Amino acid sequence: MNRRLFIALLIAGSAAEGVVRLARAAAPGEIEIQAMKFDFTPETVEVKRGQAVTLVLTSIDRIHGFKMPEFGVRTDIVPGEETRVTITPEKAGTFVFFCDVFCGDGHEEMSGTLVVEN
Amino acid sequence: MQSTDRRDFLKLAGIAGVTFTAGLFPGRPASAQRGADFHFVQISDTHWGYKGPANPDAEHTLEKAIVTVNGLAQKPDFIVFTGDLTHTTEDGKVRRERMKRFKEIVSELNVKDVRFLAGEHDAALDKGEAFKEFFGATHYTFDHKGVHFIALDNVSDPGARLGEEQLAWLAADLKQRKHDDRIVVLTHRPLFDLVPNWDWTTADGAKAIDLLMPYQNVVVFYGHIHQENDHMTGHIAHHAARSLIFPQAAPGNAPKRPPPPPFDASLKPLGTRDVAMGAKAPVITELPVTKA
Repeated sequence: MNRRLFIALLIAGSAAEGVVRLARAAAPGEIEIQAMKFDFTPETVEVKRGQAVTLVLTSIDRIHGFKMPEFGVRTDIVPGEETRVTITPEKAGTFVFFCDVFCGDGHEEMSGTLVVEN
Repeated sequence: MQSTDRRDFLKLAGIAGVTFTAGLFPGRPASAQRGADFHFVQISDTHWGYKGPANPDAEHTLEKAIVTVNGLAQKPDFIVFTGDLTHTTEDGKVRRERMKRFKEIVSELNVKDVRFLAGEHDAALDKGEAFKEFFGATHYTFDHKGVHFIALDNVSDPGARLGEEQLAWLAADLKQRKHDDRIVVLTHRPLFDLVPNWDWTTADGAKAIDLLMPYQNVVVFYGHIHQENDHMTGHIAHHAARSLIFPQAAPGNAPKRPPPPPFDASLKPLGTRDVAMGAKAPVITELPVTKA
């Protein structure tokens, strides 16, 4: 079974048990990012330079971290809670975010990219 | 905090030579040994239990390195393992089996004074519980021939923090030292921000460095990054060691940390090191897995 299929099945299984809430539409200026060993979904987030955006962070399996050093952002993501981080990117470019709470064999690859467009 | 990269490191540190293997085996010149008060060997990131293409010989690398260390002409006074003794697993039973087997393998070392530090692969998923069962405390001090060694734990907290309690312990220990005492800090992760975007740092490592800064003779030896790296924070030298499992990418060579590069034995990416402690800066001699 490939990894993506396995993860999809795992999410489906969890949802059947009521662990995962149905995704709701993000409010204007909000982007939802879901953490789960060992991925962020979506992995790539696109935002506009100069516009405030709130990242709404959730985890469906365990405590993860969310760190974006170039924005001075770091927080835990605790299952069952929404963690909200608001940033206003001042310059265009691509910026890395990653999990900084060791979560297993695959933790080191758990990362994503914030793309700031002009 | 002033930081210095490798280009300027050797000059500032006053290290006469970071040599490669010469002088430590029988019948070879011994220039690197002269003047040393004592030697110790640093072994790091053995990741016992890892299986994968990044090291096709993973089951035998540690045993080969032990044979090499046992063959050193200048027997080290002690050996220190700077973390990631075992590869991570979420199964606590498997974790303990790996630690048990690792301990059996390293019992073949002919130096019996062996010190262990944890890495996040050993300790972050259970806050060091299994590690303590097999290897004892995760942070401690010891003294050897006039040098004060401090082993710090920046991995049992899965967020890579030393924590206020350990920092207070460190501060209390340092208060007992004179400012010109010789101090060696052993740790797994870099205490400074080597590559923040790759999480090659310790969340509160700067606090430890601030505590160490008043002391004139401090050197830090660590692992985690699976390659040699020398760095200065002010007058404090930080030396990273190669691993015994697989190399990692050069610090900061991509926005995201890449996976380990394909294994290439010709690059000699793995090894251990001898550290000669003398009156001046330590002399580091990199050792191969297998004696040529």
